[in-house]
Amino acid sequence: MSSKNTYRGYEAVIGIEVHVQLKTKSKIFCADGTNFDAADNENTSPVSVGMPGTLPVLNKTAVEYSIKTGLALGCQIRNKSIFARKNYFYPDLPKGYQISQYDKPICEHGSVTIVVDKEPKKISITRAHMEEDAGKSTHFGDYTLVNYNRAGIPLLEIVSGPDLSSPKEAAEYARTIRQIVLYLGVNDGNLEEGSLRCDCNVSVKPIGRKELGTKVELKNLNSFRFVEKAVEYEIDRQIDEIESGKKIIQETRLYDPDKNRTFSMRTKEDAQDYRYFPDPDLLPIMVSDADIERIKKTLPELPFDKQKRFKETLNLSEYDAELLTSEKELADYFEELSTASGSPKLAANWVTTEVLREVNTHKINIKQAPVSPAALAALLKQVESGAISGKIAKTVFTEMWTSGKSAEEIIKEKSLAQVSDTSLIEKIIDDILAANKSQVDEYRSGKTKVFGFFVGAAMKATKGQANPDVVNKILKQKLES
Amino acid sequence: MELIQASFKQVSDAVKTKKISAVEVTKFFMSRAEKLNPQLNAYIAFNTKAMEEAEAVDKKIQQGEAVGPLAGVSFGIKDLLCTRDLRTTAGSKILSNFVPPYDATVVARLKNAGAVVIGKLNLDEFAMGSSNETSFYGNCKNPWNPEYVPGGSSGGSAAAQSARIAMGTIGTDTGGSIRQPSNFCGIVGIKPTYGRVSRYGIVAYASSLDQAGPMVSSVEDAALSLEVICGHDPKDSTTSQQKVPEFSKNLSQNVKGMKIGLLKEYQSGGIHADTAATYQRAVDELKKLGAEVIEVSVPLTEFAVPMYYLIAASEASSNLARYDGVKYGYRSDFKDLSSLSLEDFYSQTRGEGFGKEVKRRIMLGTYCLSSGYYDAYYNKACQVRRLLREQYLDVFKKCDVLLSPVTTTPAFKIGEKSSDPLKMYLNDIFTTSTNLAGLPGMSVPFGFSKEGLPIGVQLTAAHFNEQAALNAAYALESVSGVKERRPNVF
Repeated sequence: MSSKNTYRGYEAVIGIEVHVQLKTKSKIFCADGTNFDAADNENTSPVSVGMPGTLPVLNKTAVEYSIKTGLALGCQIRNKSIFARKNYFYPDLPKGYQISQYDKPICEHGSVTIVVDKEPKKISITRAHMEEDAGKSTHFGDYTLVNYNRAGIPLLEIVSGPDLSSPKEAAEYARTIRQIVLYLGVNDGNLEEGSLRCDCNVSVKPIGRKELGTKVELKNLNSFRFVEKAVEYEIDRQIDEIESGKKIIQETRLYDPDKNRTFSMRTKEDAQDYRYFPDPDLLPIMVSDADIERIKKTLPELPFDKQKRFKETLNLSEYDAELLTSEKELADYFEELSTASGSPKLAANWVTTEVLREVNTHKINIKQAPVSPAALAALLKQVESGAISGKIAKTVFTEMWTSGKSAEEIIKEKSLAQVSDTSLIEKIIDDILAANKSQVDEYRSGKTKVFGFFVGAAMKATKGQANPDVVNKILKQKLES
Repeated sequence: MELIQASFKQVSDAVKTKKISAVEVTKFFMSRAEKLNPQLNAYIAFNTKAMEEAEAVDKKIQQGEAVGPLAGVSFGIKDLLCTRDLRTTAGSKILSNFVPPYDATVVARLKNAGAVVIGKLNLDEFAMGSSNETSFYGNCKNPWNPEYVPGGSSGGSAAAQSARIAMGTIGTDTGGSIRQPSNFCGIVGIKPTYGRVSRYGIVAYASSLDQAGPMVSSVEDAALSLEVICGHDPKDSTTSQQKVPEFSKNLSQNVKGMKIGLLKEYQSGGIHADTAATYQRAVDELKKLGAEVIEVSVPLTEFAVPMYYLIAASEASSNLARYDGVKYGYRSDFKDLSSLSLEDFYSQTRGEGFGKEVKRRIMLGTYCLSSGYYDAYYNKACQVRRLLREQYLDVFKKCDVLLSPVTTTPAFKIGEKSSDPLKMYLNDIFTTSTNLAGLPGMSVPFGFSKEGLPIGVQLTAAHFNEQAALNAAYALESVSGVKERRPNVF
């Protein structure tokens, strides 16, 4: 382990469980809808509220999405996996048990590569299992209301090995998982809506010791910043405890982002015995090797591979490649633009600056950008042909974004085409030189810095439309003749 | 046509040809049921919309629309099966106010075949019992002698059928709950192969064992109604895709060459003399009819009762967790909410809502599934269950049907065993292994005890071979000599 991830003579051991909501149209065991904006208890039925005699029927898409995710994480897919009941009482758990997977999860033994401070690190994935979500309780003084819309939404719980060793790595791991499931299209990535939730298991031990310390579980972290902050706080807290001679208690803690601290939710003594047993209402999930092969073929290029390709075959910088692959839609936009314009470098510059600025200002998804890659490529062609300057192009782009018009239309309408007519520019320059005798003398006496002044004046006189290359050339000729 | 003796086919044909209306049939059985029920307590509730539903059947016929093979047949349904807009209690206080917004698939299929549901039948609470004594709605009585139990858990179904206060009834069988009461009340009851009949909408007791089936007056009626309720259901993943044979068409009394297996393990040990005699007579009759009788062995049946109680209780402890007073059903009348903890909310509601036997099985099952005990109890029982199934598969390579007594004794008196759960559990000694192995099994009346209580025999067949059991039962029925005997409530 690198020496940087140490804390006052201790090292941290962190494992993460990410609960990924699978973006299916209906719930995992019934036909209820899954839309987040439904009215309270609108997405319910006798099955999802656990009425007597109702039975679960497995949603095949949820299985496909789970397999897809498992394959993207390099997991082995079980040909036969089993649903089990996890028994506990809580008002938002309609049946008094959660249908989950226990000793035979659908995905096992995978790994994912994360990059922290430019160093790649392989994090093992112990397992990924399917389960149903519970409802949502809201407490009001002496009563509680329960909304079962979420009860039965399919989840894939991805469990990492204890391979993470810093808060930064923990957050990066969670970010990487999100990026992958978004790439796969199996999750909508909405952390605020709880589409992705993290539980972190944290323990510390003196540097070099093999034996692991007592672990504490931090539950329900729904932002990557909170993951980082909570783990950071927890490492510190545990070291403080040990240093002051206390023992770490095995417990579940919650993170309070306002106070930036963790607090105890329950200790191991209250830990429940979930009495797992195979659910007799569901048959084993049988997945053939042919199914696995078929699903494997639908896997998109994953972020890590895409980044590598952008660097190696398109010659993009590390920074651009990373930024452009952060989201699949962004990468797709860039690639379309790159192909249409024939210039990956120019395309990368435009997407990382102009396009992303507009996207961020308008807080929209790149998919909703009013300027398509094809339209933008047309604009870039105008720059390359010298019809307009790079500077003007930026104005045209903004106009395209707001009006929806094509680059050509805007250039024509606003007469933005670059002036390359030498005779016209020559005349303008003659006038400028005549009007600024003292500056001309300065230049000729060796103070060549004033060159910029003449360029500026020429551009001003042409409202920026003069071709800067032509202006430079003529000016040089006139001043040095 | 005398309705009380008529078969489903006769009634349905008469209704279809407008010789009698569904309304008339319904009226007949409803009024008979209303009159006799106070003596028997077989019904928990009547369907107040039965007449309207019968009218709808008649209307269909008048308009020339197709109606099913049970057109106008009055059915009583065990109150474990959900009925849309008709309260479904499972015999428990905890569901005393539960009105399902859906029909169990079995009920939907009966209605679709033209049957009219006239009421909901008494049962042991959540089908846990062998005497109908654990019902929150009071004992049901045996029509042959009101001092005796009708059996359980489908006691109300058996009593109603034997008193003909329903034309047909539906029961469920987890460890013998169709066959044992059928045996005690002198009717025909069949538990189909696990996976034949949808469990959707049937209040779950032990999901890997529960199956619904007809409890009726004749093998013919059993075959016809079984045909209607069997078949794959997209709402129940454990239902089989196997084609459902035309049981009624294929019925045959010819058992010549049929191989009848007698289980060595069921020959000895505390069998009542009248039960033994009835059983022996059935063996002899089958031989006379040309069947070949051989002795076979399923050694693991010795452990069937403990296996059953471990597995059934474990599943039940989880299945019954949903009755918590949060979403539907009974909730304690809490006065002071401000100091009420969630745990008190649950324990008080469930403590008041469940009866003693149900609590006993929840406790037992919770224990069996607990960490540290799971392997020794639940898991071990499941392992032995797989072996038991294999032993049965071997046996059915040698014979077509197994013949045995249904229980060791005829019906017992109300109160006789209710204080000793172990004694009560031994009632299931000949029936539970059928459920554990997932086999079809049925009870057909074949004799009487000296006290005048009915005694049946049990027929068990290989998976999905209900036809073999039905045919053997059909042959036995033809020579039973008891078909015309009726309880004296008439």
